[in-house]
Amino acid sequence: MFQVRIHGRGGQGVVTAAEMLSIAAFLEGKHAQAFPSFGSERTGAPVVAFCRVDEREIRLREPVLDPDALIIQDPTLLHQVDVFGGLARDGYILINTSRSFEALGVGEFARSLRAERLCTVPATELALKHVGRPLPNAALLGGFAAVAGLISLDAVAAAIREKFAGAVGEGNVAAAAAAYEHVRREMAEASHA
Amino acid sequence: MAFQPVKFYQTGTFTVGNRLLALEERSVQANMRRTNSLNSGHRACQGCGEALGARYAIDAAMEATGRRLIAANATGCLEVFSTPYPETSWQIPWIHSLFGNTAAVATGIAAAMRVKGKSDVRVIAQGGDGGTTDIGFGCLSGMFERNDDVLYICYDNEAYMNTGVQRSSATPPAARTATTTAVGEEPGNVFGQGKNLPAIAIAHDIPYVATATVAELRDLEAKVRRAMQIRGARYLHLFVPCPLGWGHASEDTIRIARLAKETGLFPVIEAVDGEVAAVSKIRRKLPVEEYLRPQKRFAHLFGSAPRSDVIARIQAIADRNIRRYGLVDA
Amino acid sequence: MLKQIEGSRAVAEAVALCRPEVICAYPISPQTHIVEGLGEMVKSRELARCEFINVESEFAAMSVAIGASAAGARAYTATASQGLLYMAEAVFNASGLGLPIVMTVANRAIGAPINIWNDHTDALSQRDCGWIQLFAENNQEALDLHIQAFRLGEELSLPVMVCMDGFILTHAYERVDVPTQAQVDAYLPPFEPRQVLDPAEPVSIGAMVGPEAFMEVRYLAHAKQMRALELIPGWADEFRAAFGRESGGLLHRYRTEDADTVVVALGSVLGTLKDTVDELRRDGVKIGVLGITCFRPWPLAAVRSALERAERVVVIEKSLAVGLGGIVSSNVGTSFGGSPGAVHAVIAGLGGRAITRASLSRMLADAVHGRLEPLTFLDLDRALVERALAREREQRRSGPIAESILRDLGVVASRPV
Repeated sequence: MFQVRIHGRGGQGVVTAAEMLSIAAFLEGKHAQAFPSFGSERTGAPVVAFCRVDEREIRLREPVLDPDALIIQDPTLLHQVDVFGGLARDGYILINTSRSFEALGVGEFARSLRAERLCTVPATELALKHVGRPLPNAALLGGFAAVAGLISLDAVAAAIREKFAGAVGEGNVAAAAAAYEHVRREMAEASHA
Repeated sequence: MAFQPVKFYQTGTFTVGNRLLALEERSVQANMRRTNSLNSGHRACQGCGEALGARYAIDAAMEATGRRLIAANATGCLEVFSTPYPETSWQIPWIHSLFGNTAAVATGIAAAMRVKGKSDVRVIAQGGDGGTTDIGFGCLSGMFERNDDVLYICYDNEAYMNTGVQRSSATPPAARTATTTAVGEEPGNVFGQGKNLPAIAIAHDIPYVATATVAELRDLEAKVRRAMQIRGARYLHLFVPCPLGWGHASEDTIRIARLAKETGLFPVIEAVDGEVAAVSKIRRKLPVEEYLRPQKRFAHLFGSAPRSDVIARIQAIADRNIRRYGLVDA
Repeated sequence: MLKQIEGSRAVAEAVALCRPEVICAYPISPQTHIVEGLGEMVKSRELARCEFINVESEFAAMSVAIGASAAGARAYTATASQGLLYMAEAVFNASGLGLPIVMTVANRAIGAPINIWNDHTDALSQRDCGWIQLFAENNQEALDLHIQAFRLGEELSLPVMVCMDGFILTHAYERVDVPTQAQVDAYLPPFEPRQVLDPAEPVSIGAMVGPEAFMEVRYLAHAKQMRALELIPGWADEFRAAFGRESGGLLHRYRTEDADTVVVALGSVLGTLKDTVDELRRDGVKIGVLGITCFRPWPLAAVRSALERAERVVVIEKSLAVGLGGIVSSNVGTSFGGSPGAVHAVIAGLGGRAITRASLSRMLADAVHGRLEPLTFLDLDRALVERALAREREQRRSGPIAESILRDLGVVASRPV
């Protein structure tokens, strides 16, 4: 079983991101479970959503306490909420930012993990460019497809189109593809470093 | 030369039960083919205004709908005396809802008829003043707002009679009830602003609102007939004296109802789509004392220490009604 | 057809397939997505021949359902928590009258203190009202139970409550197999009422019954639920034959055949329990899980039979009989043939507190080693409790309990000294 935890703020589409991730996994024939942590959500408040993916039926219902991957939609959460709690040693982290782990102040923590599994992508900028709205969730899923290899970019695109119709859907798919490429480049650079 | 206008009131031709009238001109009650939907054998008190009003209203509704009628009934006198275990006096399909939800149950029945394509079957919700103005108020307002195809009939005997004559929001000022006893500085019910359900119904802008009393059979039947020609939320507020609760002679039920209208205390009106469309004029305006005196629930206003101040306040209410609705021709 | 959708959506689609005629709904978290979905389906005419009524309260919702059902229409509504309580009078009315209304209860805690998260207090507060109560373990079962509920209810003339954990199931996306209309039509015939308001054959429904016959009427209600106990397993078999999967029935047994310890529970926690039990089994512990699907009528004989072999029974429940202890455990106690001391009540997950494998493992280890008390509150913060009790001992004006505890937790800013 592969467990993903997504951190963000209310209004950034964190819950939708988890749902789309689960749809992508489903489209590739896997079992997937997506659910939010259920706080009194309001715009701007920290929000967490979870997604589990497995080849077999998923029975577990607890929150994801020991994630295999983290997607952080809002870097301002890094020092406010314990986003890294329970992360596996060889876990994946994808942060929505144009800065580095070091610049974000989590460089030391990052050094305890596997470098090629830690990626950043300026998802909000990509969303603004391709969709016209600063909603980074779909783009981040494209980046996630690249870094973790759990689901393909095609599956992500199909999941996005299920959630968002017409031009908005296509824009998000373009953003996701751009994020995918960005992360691929980053991973290639990291492994050559 | 000075002259005095004299009004002649036609009697005889259209009085109740006149068998010389052509069939189509007779009241429903005078027609031997009336459905008698509230059959005899029920356990109402002698002289019960509500039993009378229910029979008048439902028979008229059955006539108007070709006997395609379903009724929902709130908990209260009517429900209790009409279905004493193991009997029922209802000749129509009838359901006892709960106390506060009759309008909602009727909404459900109407929805079922609509979805099954049986739009010729009409729905009546009926309850007393307690079940309408108090505990049933929320569901009533909801039904009004949705304009559900229901005629709601409120039988107003101005207190919770079934449970022993306790005060409701329909109880008039100064009236004695078990929870507003005739003691203290302000004996009987307090003077508040009342709760004018017909006005509230009108404020909901529903297609039809009417008030009527058991003293004017033809007026009541005409209003029921008119209501059943309309689709949507309709409200009929029926004034029904209660000999036991009001402390008047059981043979005076109709007379008391007539006095309520003729004093102006109970305005008889019709409203369409939120506007008053017609009023039944008072023929000979009478002072409220004539209405209050025969009822023991107002006995404390008379006797050795009469409360003319209270009676004056009640008179002011009647006068206000007359002004507000134009009940007396100048 | 396999779909990856939200639990609420799965339920909405299942209900729609059952050809409901009147749907009335009042919004309350966490049921809202179900009725929103149905409302949209009716408006877009995807769900045809159905009246969708926006009512002004939950009391009105159940009342409209009563009127519709009494007039011969297949009626449905959904609620949770406070809403279920607000309609309580009508809930009893529906079962007393024998009207086969189906209602989803998206299980949620009841205030005070106000809490929107999952536990079973709401449904269990109405456990004796005469409704059939079914609890879904996952969203597939939630979907399936609604289809079974209409069938069950209409054959028995009893209303059915389908319970699914609020948020945990309602708001979770998972894979479900949504049947076809043809499959559901074959399983669920049109509604044939036992009693109906019909001008062609007038009847009086809801008349008063006095001391002469009230005992008999209530006995018949009980007898009807006893009959349901006999019929439900057969209907579950029929469902399996028609739809190709196990769903519903009275209870689900998991690795109980040779278990010395059996854990009993309702609802979604069963999934977590099964994972936990698999781990314990790998460590050689002989432990199994008994999931109660049908809570009312209480499957006394089936539970007794399932627990026959067990030396100890641990009942995990998201409910509390204040002043007594466990609700589900008390029901289990009536069924357990072994020593009374062997049934342990573990109150867990109240108000949405997560129940984790780790906590369950620790608690079950205690159980297996005889260290578990008869009544335990899982993951209770004893220090927090002690502070609250101390505060009350020290001052008369100890303040609102919720605020005081939240201050202690650091959630609300502390008072300036």
